[in-house]
Amino acid sequence: MAKMQDKVMIRLRDVDKCYGTNKVVKSLNLDIREGEFLTLLGPSGCGKTTTLRMIAGFEEVTEGQIFLEGENVEDKKPNQRDVNTVFQNYALFPHMNVEDNIAFGLVEKKVKKPEIKRRVGEMLKMVQLEGMEKRLPAQMSGGQKQRVAIARALINRPKVLLLDEPLGALDLKLRKQMQFELKHLQKKLGITFIYVTHDQEEALTMSDRIAVMNQGILEQIGAPEEIYNRPATKFVADFIGETNIFEAYVEEVMDGRIGISLEAGTAAVKAAGFHKEEMVYICVRPENLKISAEPVIDFNIRGKVKEHVFIGSVNKTIVELVNGQELKITTQPDVELLSMGSEVNLFWNEGKGILLHTKEEQIYNLIENTVKIEGGGDD
Amino acid sequence: MKLKRKLKEYKPISVLYPCLVYLFLYVPILVVIVFSFNTSRMNIVFEGFTVEWYFKMFENRQLMDAFRNTLLVAFFSTVISVIMGTLCAVGLYKLESKIKNIISSSLYIPIVIPEIVFGIALLVFFSSVHLPTSMLTLIISHITFSLPFVVITVRSRIAGFDPSILEAARDLGAGEFRTFMRVTLPMIMPGVISGGMLALTLSLDDVVISFFMAGTESTTLPLKILGMVRKGVSPDVNALSTLMILGTIAIMLFSQMIQGKIEKSREAHSGVE
Amino acid sequence: MIKKLGKKLPTIVMIGPTFFWLILFVLIPLCYVIGISFLTKNAYGGVDGILSLQSYKDLFQSEYLKIFTGSLWLSLQTTILCLIIGYPFAYLIAKAPANRKKYMVLMIMLPFWINSIIRIYGWNTLLRTEGVINHLLIALGIISKPLEMLYTDGAVLLGMVYDLLPFTILPLYTSIEKIDTSLLEAARDLGATKRSTFMKIILPLTMPGIFAGSIQTFIPSLGLFYISEMMGGGKTMYIGNLIKNQFLSARNWPLGAALSIILIIITLILMKLYTRVGSLEDMA
Repeated sequence: MAKMQDKVMIRLRDVDKCYGTNKVVKSLNLDIREGEFLTLLGPSGCGKTTTLRMIAGFEEVTEGQIFLEGENVEDKKPNQRDVNTVFQNYALFPHMNVEDNIAFGLVEKKVKKPEIKRRVGEMLKMVQLEGMEKRLPAQMSGGQKQRVAIARALINRPKVLLLDEPLGALDLKLRKQMQFELKHLQKKLGITFIYVTHDQEEALTMSDRIAVMNQGILEQIGAPEEIYNRPATKFVADFIGETNIFEAYVEEVMDGRIGISLEAGTAAVKAAGFHKEEMVYICVRPENLKISAEPVIDFNIRGKVKEHVFIGSVNKTIVELVNGQELKITTQPDVELLSMGSEVNLFWNEGKGILLHTKEEQIYNLIENTVKIEGGGDD
Repeated sequence: MKLKRKLKEYKPISVLYPCLVYLFLYVPILVVIVFSFNTSRMNIVFEGFTVEWYFKMFENRQLMDAFRNTLLVAFFSTVISVIMGTLCAVGLYKLESKIKNIISSSLYIPIVIPEIVFGIALLVFFSSVHLPTSMLTLIISHITFSLPFVVITVRSRIAGFDPSILEAARDLGAGEFRTFMRVTLPMIMPGVISGGMLALTLSLDDVVISFFMAGTESTTLPLKILGMVRKGVSPDVNALSTLMILGTIAIMLFSQMIQGKIEKSREAHSGVE
Repeated sequence: MIKKLGKKLPTIVMIGPTFFWLILFVLIPLCYVIGISFLTKNAYGGVDGILSLQSYKDLFQSEYLKIFTGSLWLSLQTTILCLIIGYPFAYLIAKAPANRKKYMVLMIMLPFWINSIIRIYGWNTLLRTEGVINHLLIALGIISKPLEMLYTDGAVLLGMVYDLLPFTILPLYTSIEKIDTSLLEAARDLGATKRSTFMKIILPLTMPGIFAGSIQTFIPSLGLFYISEMMGGGKTMYIGNLIKNQFLSARNWPLGAALSIILIIITLILMKLYTRVGSLEDMA
């Protein structure tokens, strides 16, 4: 939850973006705090890059406002905004060497030559490219180009750095290394980073907060642990990490506990805010799903062990339920595996099952909440 | 707010300027066409609409001869350069030797050197072998400057070929010739047609080389007009020119259409993949 | 051995005709021109087999030098005018919406393929002393006496620009279109104004296109003798007319050949420069 003393760096208010009749961002509300590493995460076409480009000023908002430090930036061109972008394909000027590329922004600001030289030196040191001043972009590796792009943006001392899938073109190993370096850099500089990616693992490792987007809608915003452990929607649960999702029906509402029935049996979850006879989803992460040969209290889900897959650090077991649904279960290598084809009972720690409203229920709740908020906004 | 945004996007100069350039390019062409329908003999004022020049032009023997020559040269040079060029392009595709590079680079010579030099070189050559300028020399010269364009166009079509298709044809029992007729040729046909269109327009468009190659009996329509301009031109020339303009435009549009079809079929293919 | 030949025979049949055609009608004639430029002319308008550098020496006569400088100046003016008119135009096409772009390019190509004598004849009709423009201007009362427009140096320049403009625009368009828009966004993002984005990014990156367009305008402009005849009335002599006359009327073949060699050398130098610019671009 947002702390009151945190200063809001960028505020998006009811931002819409349309291309013709195609609405790619739908009434987006987002507060980005000073000094935080915020990731916009979502599948391709979810509107995350468009959002970033609206903040940078490359795209105009169709409706709504964007505030940078409380100031509406609608009429400000990209070159008048205190934000800089690291582009997906680096967008280094091919005819300029490393030094000229990095110095570009300062030259435009008519900063004095010795000052430029000093600051370019600083930047090169920071991104560990000393001695490469005279190289052309074409003579550099992907990782090096990436560093130049970052240095070129940061030398202008922007209040916010926007990064559009900056590591997408790098190979896995280099990407891991750059993730670490970027995070480190951000901590050191204390600048707000807004990072766009479709790689959920990248988002989880680097971010202070993640904003998950889907089809132009902000699905959930929160710290990585929150997003992973308490997904707010089915989409988030499905998109972040692996998960088993069941359609279910609220059978019984007890104090802090809810009894549900699935197609393949019955189960119980710790949850509140649901009402009897509601259609729900229940999500359980593979590492939280457990199997036992013996019956378990409060749970009655039966299946058959179909397959064991060894995937390095853990074992993965596939269990087929009576209705044909397949579940993924991960166990530590030291846990003994049940033999293939054996009948098993499935269960989970009641706190680890995540209960979600279905879309219809969500809309219903949303309307209810909006009424509440607007009613409460007067004081 | 929305209106302001719309106004920002609308820049009159980005519409006005291209229109002016197009006007500059098309006005002389339109003038030629408009005066072909003029009742007055003089190309000064439009006095009234008539199509009589489109009939009168048939009576002008010299003009008709020149027009016929233009068409004959265009036809023969296109056919011959397409046959030779296509064979060459297919042959080059299979060839793996130094000759390939030699031919590929010598193909660019006629494209690069100034036309006037090319024209006089052929003139000097023909006169040294005692071949007087005639329809024959005209056709030879047009083949020579069309040939490289045909080879290049067809080659670019073959470049995307999967060599195993030809191997498959051979494997299924087709000989070299049958493979060419049944597999290679149908596949490169769009390239052959656009190469042919190019050769045809190049031939109709040429002035400089034809100028040196045409004999008194084998002048082409453009050269005839060049000779007439200073003495004064009658509107039947406009009528014939209009036909040539429309013909060229038709050829261009046709080859654009084929180009469009090729792209579409390529997209369809990549869609399957 | 025979078997090997049999295997190669189809390829020989395919490539052979073009190969020999190019040797016979391109390489040999060009060698003839080179050879003749080192021979001497005889009194009957033919060539004597006496080796000499006379024709190259003749090139330095002041009347020829004047024609050279005049031609180069005209070609330079043509090229620069084409660039000035063509660059903004190419830029606007490159930035036009994709569906409109196709037609805009096609509309540039169309006149380019129509025989240029017919098009120049159109100008001739417009510009003549008793032509369309003069008639219109008098009828509108703007002028009382017809203007001398045709058969002037200005008319020649107009004809040249008109004929060669598409040659300039197409390479410019290709190079402008190739620029990655994210580069322009990056420049704006780093604080560059529109003007400095153009000067520092667009212009340097389209340099190869500017160069290609210039060459494709400059080289043919040297040989377009018929434009100076149709638009200039042959009043001013240019290198193209000079070469043409050496072969058709003056019958000084060695001199004409030497002039052609000069043209080829100019072409080769420009091509060399161009490939250098091109390779610079590839590196980037």
